Amino acid sequence: MISKRIIPCLDVRGGKLTKGIKFQGNVDIGDPVEAAREYYEQGADEIVFYDITASSDGRDIMIDVVDRVAKTIFIPFSVGGGIRNLEDMRRVIMAGAEKVSVNSTAVTNPEIITQGAQAFGSQCIVLGMDVKKVAISEKIPSGYEIVIHGGRIFTGIDALWWALEAEKLGAGEICLNSIDADGTQEGYELNLTAMISENVHIPVIASGGAGLPSHLADVLTTGKADAALIASMVHYRTYTIAEIKQYLHQREIKTRMLW
Amino acid sequence: MIAIINYNAGNITSVARALQNIGQDFIITDDTKTLDAASHVIFPGVGAAGEAMAYLQQKKLDNWLNDWIKLGKPLMGICLGTQIIFDFSEENDTRCIGLVRGSTKRFPDNMLSDGRTLKIPHMGWNSVKFQREHPVFQNISAGAEFYFVHSYYPAPAQDSVVLGVTDYGIEFCSVLAVKNLVAMQFHPEKSGKPGLQILRNFCAWRGNDL
Repeated sequence: MISKRIIPCLDVRGGKLTKGIKFQGNVDIGDPVEAAREYYEQGADEIVFYDITASSDGRDIMIDVVDRVAKTIFIPFSVGGGIRNLEDMRRVIMAGAEKVSVNSTAVTNPEIITQGAQAFGSQCIVLGMDVKKVAISEKIPSGYEIVIHGGRIFTGIDALWWALEAEKLGAGEICLNSIDADGTQEGYELNLTAMISENVHIPVIASGGAGLPSHLADVLTTGKADAALIASMVHYRTYTIAEIKQYLHQREIKTRMLW
Repeated sequence: MIAIINYNAGNITSVARALQNIGQDFIITDDTKTLDAASHVIFPGVGAAGEAMAYLQQKKLDNWLNDWIKLGKPLMGICLGTQIIFDFSEENDTRCIGLVRGSTKRFPDNMLSDGRTLKIPHMGWNSVKFQREHPVFQNISAGAEFYFVHSYYPAPAQDSVVLGVTDYGIEFCSVLAVKNLVAMQFHPEKSGKPGLQILRNFCAWRGNDL
């Protein structure tokens, strides 16, 4: 049976990691390609790169990063951030990324999902969703609202409705980030994750809040997620991916144990 | 020389990069004359069966593959490249190349596992239960997993061609081997070190030594 995936997320700006990751001997590494290699060796099942570069020069640097990553690791990886149109998608995919993710752009221009799915296949198109818990209302019946621009702008869009709509439009996967849980290291938003995962027919990657291996166990069981995104807990070497997988194995959660 | 058949079906560059990594020279081509000179052929692909077959027919690559397989030289199918070597695919109701008897079928909706509906596509890492040994799958640990992403699965007519099976709601044929052909549903080029090992084994395989 299929394994649950453990996916480290690397934030990149101008071709460098925004937060360095600690290597053996606590050396801080800022090169995303070396970081990807490290996580590949540790047993990552996939890697997510999030490009927070604003300038167009920075975009070219990111394409070069993608190209070098694709020559270094032989597992799938995705690139998000700054994907505004089909041409952006094409460049990232041709440089060697398996998937691209769209977030704010898809909210303002949902057709990008359909266009991307038609051009490259649904399996290439990941919908990134940033979500905040709000009061249940007529407009937001699930009690979870889509926010954009790092959580600063409320869109008035219901998170569950958007997940279902994106699936219809052709998204192949959802990366579901709880803005409330993000950065807390106190655990994923389990209710939100379970609600989305139970209602869509495409895989859901849970994001935001991971601090302990038990948080991953929770979101992959109670939260019904297909994959778990992690950041700080591995970037600062609090845990290695291998240690997290060992823990999940003991909890009888199936992950890929040989790599 | 290893040749990768280029037929506008998705990301062929990832196969090329994996071959680079294992130090293997290769060419990427859709020209049958160039392909004739190859020692080994890799037939990859991501995409839809209908469009892929239309392109292959336009380039006369469907006939070329039928001729190549008779020469006894090694052929490897990957993902869509595996699905369209059968007679027929349920995807776009497509008549396919017909190197192997059987068809490609869609996963049934509402497959259950532990009370949960399984998602389609089958996307992620899964294991393969090998039914027998094969030179292309030497030195692969029994517990190794491989990266899959697909909504349709190979359904050969004869059990004798099944080399490995995978469980995803149903048990399906994830690897098949017959004479000088090996074909797999997963992506060896995205399956980490075991995947690279498969590519290495394939490049060293003579195809006719079974």
